[in-house]
Amino acid sequence: MKPIALALTAALFGLSVSASLAHEFKLGALEIDHPYARATPPNAPVSGGYMTIRNTGDEADRLISGEAAFAKRVEIHEMSMDGDVMKMREIKGGLEIPAGGEVTLKPGGFHVMFIGLDGQLIEGESRPATLTFQKAGSIELEFSVENVMKMKHDMKSHGHGDMDHGDMNKDAMKDDG
Amino acid sequence: MFAALLLLTIGLLGWQFAVQGTDRSLTASMKLGTDFNLIDHNGDPITEAAFDGQPTLVFFGFTRCPEVCPTTLYEMAGWLDTLGEAGNDLQAFFISVDPERDTPEIMKGYAEAFTERVTGITGDPDEIARVVAAWHVYAARIPTEDDDYTMDHTASVFLMDANGDFKGTIAYGENAETAVAKLRQLTGNS
Repeated sequence: MKPIALALTAALFGLSVSASLAHEFKLGALEIDHPYARATPPNAPVSGGYMTIRNTGDEADRLISGEAAFAKRVEIHEMSMDGDVMKMREIKGGLEIPAGGEVTLKPGGFHVMFIGLDGQLIEGESRPATLTFQKAGSIELEFSVENVMKMKHDMKSHGHGDMDHGDMNKDAMKDDG
Repeated sequence: MFAALLLLTIGLLGWQFAVQGTDRSLTASMKLGTDFNLIDHNGDPITEAAFDGQPTLVFFGFTRCPEVCPTTLYEMAGWLDTLGEAGNDLQAFFISVDPERDTPEIMKGYAEAFTERVTGITGDPDEIARVVAAWHVYAARIPTEDDDYTMDHTASVFLMDANGDFKGTIAYGENAETAVAKLRQLTGNS
């Protein structure tokens, strides 16, 4: 009985994980894949929102604004490195989503910035936010809260060995670009 | 004789620059920093004496930083984890470039979410500005909407030996193995 129960649990767990990882929204010609927000340390007043936006239409569109009940302001930003200096800029006029193309918002590049959080964003939660596009209009999305970089508590609970940790770190960097 | 000595000196500087290679303006073994009177994340006074006697990592950032600061603190926690006992002597500080908004309480919650090995430092903005300048760190306020602002800032981690001499930097996103190797060298446990 036990192995069967274990296998069943594993299968169910696998299902629920893949269900929560793959959520997609449609708005006219736009497909928005897996919106997620960075889990925050306590007191951190900002978080980043990430997703892939595909434009299946034959006209370019622009992500121009956003709003969320859990943040005072939502802005569209780009982060870049200039030598050893980190720079962050609001993208004036919005982020273009080219016709037939896709744009990925991810750590280290474009992101939606949630400013003035009403509380800590904890892994496993989800938060609704509305994004507005110049042509396609507005859509409410559920951002799943994820540990983009695993924080201390997770590292401890998983009990990584020394070398494992280094590897995990590198992998995380690769994934996150 | 004098010319030979001069050549040797130039050669040595060139070697340091080539080996260092991480920052154009900084050379290994130079003195960085200044005296200061600031506040640590427990609300206690802290001075430059805190950096003495132990190999030290110094990182400048702010808690409204969505990317570089959480990533760097996370990685720092990972390096220290990987070093284990070999890194027991290492101490690490996270100095705010946004002291007007980063109170000691905010710094403490933020730093300790990643590791208890990193101590946040904040305090008087003019004093912070002096420290930032003395470390050759770039930090600039960039206005955003609603009279708000964000900060551009140097994202490298500075490595200082137990004598307070600058030994190099770890760049943002540098691979974990290289970073840990640099720390082993810094602690003399290579």
